[in-house]
Amino acid sequence: MSTVLEINHLTVSFDTPDGAVQAVNDVSLLVEEGECVGLVGESGSGKSQTFMAAMGLLADNATVSGAIHFEGSNLLTANEKELNKLRGERIAMIFQDPMTSLTPHMKIGRQLAEVLIEHRGVGKAEARKQARAMLERVHFPEAERRLDMYPHELSGGLRQRVMIAMALMCEPAMLIADEPTTALDVTVQAQILDLLMEIKDSLGTAIVLITHDLGVVAGLADRVAVMYGGRIVEKGAVADMFESPAHPYTQGLLACTPRLDEDITALVTIPGQPPNAQSLPGGCSFHPRCTYVTERCKAERPILETTAKYRAKACHLDALEAAE
Amino acid sequence: MSESFLQVRDLKVHFPVRTGGILIGQYSPLKAVDGVSFDLNPGETLGVVGESGCGKSTLGRAVLQLIGATDGTVSWLGTDLTSLDKKELIAARENLQIVFQDPLASLDPRMTAGDIIAEPLRNYRPAMTKAERRKMVAGMMERVGLLPRMINRYPHEFSGGQCQRIGIARAMILHPKLVVCDEPVSALDVSIQAQVVNLLMDLQRDLGLSLLFISHDLAIVRHISHRVLVLYLGRVMELADKASIYATPHHPYTQALLSAVPIPDPVKERAKERVLLTGDIPSPLYPPSGCVFRTRCPRATAICADEVPQLEQAGAGHDVACHHWNT
Repeated sequence: MSTVLEINHLTVSFDTPDGAVQAVNDVSLLVEEGECVGLVGESGSGKSQTFMAAMGLLADNATVSGAIHFEGSNLLTANEKELNKLRGERIAMIFQDPMTSLTPHMKIGRQLAEVLIEHRGVGKAEARKQARAMLERVHFPEAERRLDMYPHELSGGLRQRVMIAMALMCEPAMLIADEPTTALDVTVQAQILDLLMEIKDSLGTAIVLITHDLGVVAGLADRVAVMYGGRIVEKGAVADMFESPAHPYTQGLLACTPRLDEDITALVTIPGQPPNAQSLPGGCSFHPRCTYVTERCKAERPILETTAKYRAKACHLDALEAAE
Repeated sequence: MSESFLQVRDLKVHFPVRTGGILIGQYSPLKAVDGVSFDLNPGETLGVVGESGCGKSTLGRAVLQLIGATDGTVSWLGTDLTSLDKKELIAARENLQIVFQDPLASLDPRMTAGDIIAEPLRNYRPAMTKAERRKMVAGMMERVGLLPRMINRYPHEFSGGQCQRIGIARAMILHPKLVVCDEPVSALDVSIQAQVVNLLMDLQRDLGLSLLFISHDLAIVRHISHRVLVLYLGRVMELADKASIYATPHHPYTQALLSAVPIPDPVKERAKERVLLTGDIPSPLYPPSGCVFRTRCPRATAICADEVPQLEQAGAGHDVACHHWNT
C-alpha cells in the first residue's frame, strides 16, 4: 500500500488578541491508499484544523509548522496556484453543513460541472453529462430533473449527496469528510455512510473521516486516531482500539457513550470539561480529568510512543491495561 | 394513578401555512402533531424519539401549552390544560417546567446565573426574602454541579455544559412534577452529555419527577427512559416499554431507526443487518394518505395508502400503528 498523505509534526497556532491559541500540536498521521482513517475528538480538540491546514484553508492569523506531504508535494509550502490544482482534483473535502458549503444562487448542475470545466477544461455540455452521471453514481434520485434545482430546493441528505458528487467529480485520491453526517437525521446518516463505504470500496478513494461519533468511526474506519487538546493521544487499527483502548481518555469516551445494543445502569463520566486551547494544562493535557493521574503526569508531557504496528499512545501509565 | 397525572388524548397542533394566492392568501394546515395520545405516570420518563420535522418538539411544547392545541386534550392532574385561561395556566405551570436544547440561547445574556435560577422563585414564591432565595439558589447550584461562588457570573462566562446545568437548575428549583426536556444534551460534547444525562436521572430519582425526554438519539433515550414513543410526521408509530421496544420493535420505522444507529463496536457495527430506508421524510404539509410512513416503508401495500393504521396492542405495554406488524 502506498502512502497518500503524510503529516509530520504539524503544529498550528492562531494569534488572537488574547494571546496565541495552540490548536494543533505536533500531530503526525499517515493515510494510505484506499483506506479510511477516522479522526475522533470533542469540539476544540484540533481534529478539523489538522485537515484545514492540509487543504490550505486556515484563517489568516494561523502560524503553521511541520510538513504535510501529498503525492510528492509539501502542501504547507505549496503556493496558491499549486494548491488550486490539487484541491478538487486530487484532494476533495466535504463539510458538516451542506447548505453553507454550496453556492446558494447557482443551480447544482452548474456547480458540479464547474469542477470539470475548471480542472479538466471539459466543455459545458460534456461537463453537464458527467455531472448527471456522477449524481446517479451517488444514488441521487431524479438526477436529470434536479440538475436545474437550487440547493435550497433539496433536503439535507440530498445536499450532502451533491457535495459528495462534487468532491468525486475528478476522482480524487483522497476525500476529507469533516463531520459529514452530523447535521443529518439518523436514517439519512445511514444512507450517507453506506455511500462513503461504497466509494471507498469501489473507487479506492482514501477517506479521512473527522467526527465526534465513535459509532460512525466503528462502522467505516480502518484506523483511528483520537485527539485531545490538539494532540493525538492514541492511534491504532479500529478493531484494536475499540477492543482494548489504552489511553484513559479513549477508555472514558467509549464508556460515556450510551449504547443502543446494551443496557447500562449508570453512564461512566469523564469529570470536568475539555481543555481550553488557550491555556492547556501543563504535563499531560488530560491529567486534570484523568482517574489514574500521578505526579509525573502533571509535570511531564507523555510522548506518543508506538507500541505495535499502527498502534501508539501518549500516556505515562504502562501498567494501565494490567491494572484493569 | 395515571388517571390523575398526565393524560394526552388525540392532541393535534396544526399551523396554517400560506400555500398560494396573491392577494387573498390560501392556507393549508401543516399538521405538526396529528392525533397523539399517551399517558405519563408519576416518576416516569417517557422518551419521545423521531427525526427532524416529526413534531416531537411541538408535542413537548403543546403539552405545556406553550403552543396552543388545535384539537384534543392535555389533562394534567385531572384538569384539561387546553381549557384554562392565561392566569390559571400560569398557576398550573408551577409544576410544569422545560429544559431547552440550546443551552446558551435559552438563558438571558443580561441576567446572572443566580438571577436566572431565582426567577421561578420570584414568580411563584413572592413572599420569599432575598436571603432565602439566595440560599435556595446556591443549594440548587450545588445540586446540579455548579460552584455556588459562580452565582454572579453571566451565561457567556460558562461552558455549554455548565449553561445546560443552569437551565436544569432553573427548571428544578420549584420542585416541579413534570419536566419536558427538549433535546437537552444534543448540543453538548460526548463527555459532557454523559454528565448531564446522569444529573437528570439523579434529579428524577431524588425529586420523584416525571420527564418527557425528547431526543433524536435513540441510544440516550434507551438509557434514560422507561417507555418510548416513536413519532413520524406528527403521528405515533409505536409506543412501548423500553425493554420491549428495543428488543422487539414491531413497526418498520422503529426497526429502520434502530438499525440505522451506529454502534461504537466495529465487530457488531459491521455485522449487523440494516433496514435501509430510501429517501427523506415527506413534507408535513403534504403528508401521504393512509399511513404517513408508507412512502418509505419496505412493507407497504395497497391498504397502507387507503387506511390510517390505528394504534393496537401488540403485547403487554406495547402498542403499534401498522397494518403489517404481525405479518
